Amino acid sequence: MSDQIILGTKKGTLLLDRKGAAWEPRPIAHPGVSISYAARDPRDGTLWAAMDHAHWGPKLSRSRDDGRTWEDLHQLAYPKGARFIAQTLPSPGEDPGAGSGTIEYQDATLMKVWVIAFGNADQPGTLYAGTLPGGLFASRDGGSTWELNRPLWNHPSRGGDLFAGEATSKNQWGGTPAAMAYGEFVPGIHSVVVDPRDSKHLLIAVSCAGVVETRDGGLSWSGANKGMLNDYLPNPEAEWGHDPHFITASAGDPDRIWQQNHTGVFVSDDGAKSWQRVSKPERGVHFGFPIATDAKNGKVAWVVPAKSDQERMGIEGGLFVARTDDGGRSWTSFREGLPQANAYDIVYRHALDATNGRLCFGSTTGNLYVSDDHGESWRSVGHNFPPIHSVRFG
Amino acid sequence: MAQVAFTRHLLRFFPDLVEGEVQGATVRELVDELERRHPGFSSYVVDETGRLRRHVNVFIDEELIRDRVRLSDRLPHGARVFFLQALSGG
Repeated sequence: MSDQIILGTKKGTLLLDRKGAAWEPRPIAHPGVSISYAARDPRDGTLWAAMDHAHWGPKLSRSRDDGRTWEDLHQLAYPKGARFIAQTLPSPGEDPGAGSGTIEYQDATLMKVWVIAFGNADQPGTLYAGTLPGGLFASRDGGSTWELNRPLWNHPSRGGDLFAGEATSKNQWGGTPAAMAYGEFVPGIHSVVVDPRDSKHLLIAVSCAGVVETRDGGLSWSGANKGMLNDYLPNPEAEWGHDPHFITASAGDPDRIWQQNHTGVFVSDDGAKSWQRVSKPERGVHFGFPIATDAKNGKVAWVVPAKSDQERMGIEGGLFVARTDDGGRSWTSFREGLPQANAYDIVYRHALDATNGRLCFGSTTGNLYVSDDHGESWRSVGHNFPPIHSVRFG
Repeated sequence: MAQVAFTRHLLRFFPDLVEGEVQGATVRELVDELERRHPGFSSYVVDETGRLRRHVNVFIDEELIRDRVRLSDRLPHGARVFFLQALSGG
């Protein structure tokens, strides 16, 4: 059970240490800088933060001395020639006959590092970064240098190899609403799951495309969305166009993959070969962003449900956490210690974490809650944090 | 050659950045020279395609530069160049 919480917030990186029954925040790191994700590499203890500078471009920052000093890194960048098929949201004044029908390309520039993930112990120095506009980067030297994964970038579902020339296939990756804050409509990679048994086996999740898998360390990729349901497309079983909000897997049960999707909670018990929707809308368990599972028992998962994609806040003004102990067949809601009126919190996709029965989540309203009993009761750690983007145990 | 000044916000990342003379006939050449002096500097003001970042402004004397894509604006003799953050953005 971890005694440290790492927050990525709109105003910087916060580390909180458990002192007796209390959680004490250290002085804020990266003050004033929006941090989209922060976490500790379990292999060597390095702390990582993804800085979302409004003015100076996204950068990574790392600390090798437990947060005393931070080193900003600026090497993560799209290579020359990286481009993608441009997409725009339809606007009310748009003339549907005005389009020329030609494909428009856009040069790729790093818009946001959305998630940082760590390789297994047998690959020291291997890290992954999921980004907007839809690139997966890998580092083999502890994060000093990064390289775009080209087989995924050049995947037929994105139009093929646009480094080489014109599109050879149709783009199937949609934009994520999370990009609209940047004035763009581009895809984003927010989840990277490394199979603990096989470092060459990765699952990533893309908003809005779906889950994509490699079994050869990133040389080739294929969609892994069988059984997913897409309530907002004419063909709900389309291969692409899904909107996973987050995916995660249990180290002790690595073939069981959990997915909180725009269209409900899904689980796979065969390593993402097929998915089943296990939402219980009548119990409020359906829409939301984060999902966490137990490191040992993969049948246990937690979600923080929110009210519908249209409203995106607590249900009936109340916050609750729902847990399943049986792989999604049944869900129990826990409200003790959480506000049950006038709560408008939304919990982002990286803002819930679990460690041996201890859980923590934080909201965009700056509230942070911890449970020490598998999510059954909660207590507040503070109500005045900046908007919280990510919560990870250190 | 231009006299170059910076927003103090950049000092946070480059404490050695001081106002002074920098060699260059265009804004691009100034950025390249500043990158040589302060490795990483260019990634703060231009993106990986070389375009000026959306929320960064560069002035020659009191005029905004015109070419934010290639930074080809030429520097008149004795120009003063300012690297500032725009009031847009965060």
